[in-house]
Amino acid sequence: MQSITTMHYVVLAGALFLIGTMGVLTRRNIVIILMSIELILNAVNINLVTFSRMYGGVQGQVFAIFVIALAVAEAAVGLGILIAMFRNKGTVLADEVDLLKW
Amino acid sequence: MVDLIWLIPIFPLCGAILMLLIGKRLPKAAVNVICVGSVFLSFLLSLGAVIEAHGQPHEVILYTWLPMLKADIGYLLDPLSSVMILVITGIGTLIHLYSTGYMAHEGGYYRFFGYLNLFVFFMLTLVLGNNYVLLFVGWEGVGLCSYLLIGFYFHKKSAGDAGKKAFIVNRVGDWGFIIGMLLLWKLSGSVRFTEIPAALHHYQVETSFGILSIAALCMFIGATGKSAQFPLYVWLPDAMEGPTPVSALIHAATMVTAGVYMIARSSALFHLTPITLSIIAGVGAFTAIFAASIGLVQNDIKRVLAYSTVSQLGFMFMALGVGAYWVAVFHLFTHAFFKALLFLGSGSVIHGMHHEQDMRKMGGLRKYMPYTHATMLIGTLAIAGIPGFAGFFSKEEILTNAFLTSKAVYAVGLITALMTAFYMWRLMRMTFYGEERFDHHHVHPHESPWTMTVPLMLLAAGSALVGWGHHAFEHFLAPVFPVHEPHALDATTGYALLAVAISAGLLGIFLATRFEVKGAIAKVLLNKWYVDEIYDFLFVNGLCKKGGSLLSTFDRTVVDGAVNGAASLTRSESKMLMWWDKWIIDGAVRLSSALVQFSSYPTRFVQTGQVQTYALFVVVGVLVMFGIYVTRS
Repeated sequence: MQSITTMHYVVLAGALFLIGTMGVLTRRNIVIILMSIELILNAVNINLVTFSRMYGGVQGQVFAIFVIALAVAEAAVGLGILIAMFRNKGTVLADEVDLLKW
Repeated sequence: MVDLIWLIPIFPLCGAILMLLIGKRLPKAAVNVICVGSVFLSFLLSLGAVIEAHGQPHEVILYTWLPMLKADIGYLLDPLSSVMILVITGIGTLIHLYSTGYMAHEGGYYRFFGYLNLFVFFMLTLVLGNNYVLLFVGWEGVGLCSYLLIGFYFHKKSAGDAGKKAFIVNRVGDWGFIIGMLLLWKLSGSVRFTEIPAALHHYQVETSFGILSIAALCMFIGATGKSAQFPLYVWLPDAMEGPTPVSALIHAATMVTAGVYMIARSSALFHLTPITLSIIAGVGAFTAIFAASIGLVQNDIKRVLAYSTVSQLGFMFMALGVGAYWVAVFHLFTHAFFKALLFLGSGSVIHGMHHEQDMRKMGGLRKYMPYTHATMLIGTLAIAGIPGFAGFFSKEEILTNAFLTSKAVYAVGLITALMTAFYMWRLMRMTFYGEERFDHHHVHPHESPWTMTVPLMLLAAGSALVGWGHHAFEHFLAPVFPVHEPHALDATTGYALLAVAISAGLLGIFLATRFEVKGAIAKVLLNKWYVDEIYDFLFVNGLCKKGGSLLSTFDRTVVDGAVNGAASLTRSESKMLMWWDKWIIDGAVRLSSALVQFSSYPTRFVQTGQVQTYALFVVVGVLVMFGIYVTRS
């Protein structure tokens, strides 16, 4: 049976990253956007762990844990903003919120 | 002790400073000791210095003040200033002592003595100064003290007004003095008394009206202000608003004689200008008879004495005018005694009568005030020129000298002597003799305490005796003055003049026992020849008020017009500036902002405000950079 090589992981991470990016750019619901951001972050984590294993160091794995912790914080803040927005504007759709417009 | 003459004015200065700084907290006894003591110390020092100097001039220069004028802080003790400092400190001590009794129940006790000591300081500076500038410092200083003391009862409006009148009238004279002093400096190159006679030596006696005469005349104008000569005498009668010791010290014995002293001091200059001398004699004679005539009918005891002082000062100027300088100083000397005595006596009467000054409400006081009566009688006899008393000798000398120079001046002097005897005896009669016209229920006349009667007695002794020293006096003063022509008088004429002078005095007294001046003349005299009214009309109303309204018209039309014109000019100019501001400056700002706004149109559409658009930009940007990276490597 063919063993799983580094290349497989990298392709998987690239695919996840693309899915996440497309999700961020195209979905209207902010909840989905946040989930897509999680996908992007996890794609990066897979990359970090893969190359860490390939080179035999632990820095990449440590960094992946940092990213997870960061992702949790980001999710909390993002959901907080989302709730505040829903209370004020009555919507969770990103294209209906354009306060930064000129 | 001669080298210590600079200490003489310092004692009263210390007294004055102490009084004015901490006098309020000192008990009366301490005030008495410090103030009377400081003047008495000065007197002892003066006496010692004069005896030691032995008639020789001594100059002590402490500090060169204005090198260009040769003006120093320096003191000169010569026979003339010796006489003056002895009069000032001697009589000053007696009057200070008297004041401790007279002012005992007055408010501002320490203030009074502070001013009085300050006055003595300035007066000593005036007579001891070795140059005209220092003399002028003292001259202004005594004027200040005079103002402060006349207005001592400042809660009374008349007292404040009298103080201001004295000060302002004196200013009129002072400009003359300043101009005269500067002219003299220009002529002689010095303001030192010791250098001026020599410097003036090469000038000829001026027979026409030249620069020397102008200088001398200007100085005489200064003297008329300070020494209350016509036409600037008007302040002196009003100065009687001050406390009586002040009238005695400042307005009879010392300050008002400063003009006489100044002219005697400048005798080297005046001797060169016979024209000015004759003007002085004329003014003196006119003032003497004019003031005496007013004194004939006054009812206020102090006003009689005030006009008498003006009249006697006129006598002194008469003596100066006929060139008999030492006689003027001699009369100054004797007058200081008997006029201080008369003023203090009148103060004693006023004190005993509970501040009543109207002689019509007195009479018969002899039995209530024996000492005051006796001493004032001596003073009256002295001023009336009764033989043996001080005034007789000096007045006789003046009349004789006047007779030798000008018969007209002599005649005026003789009539004035008669009037003097008349008004003085009228004063005595209304005050001490006759029926008692005061209200017995409210007024209880009483003799004054010893602090007041003792100075009276000492002054009375002086008034009776100092005249006998007239030969010694003449010799003592002789070195100071230019040589005076000896008397070209034969014995018969001399005795005749003596007899006429004595009979004038006696006649005056005799008339005063029988007659009063009545009718229209009395009314004119009582109103002081309406001089105050004329001055009011000419200067106060005429010059000040009419001139004031003229000035206010000028103000309204020209000055205000200029201001208003400037204002409207500014307004129209500001309108133009506003237009410029609004359209040009603001326009430029708005134009630039409009340009920015216009140019921003294409880019503003990029800002959709939607998060995803921005995210797209990020991704595109990353891809582009990635593309560039890939293609380049």
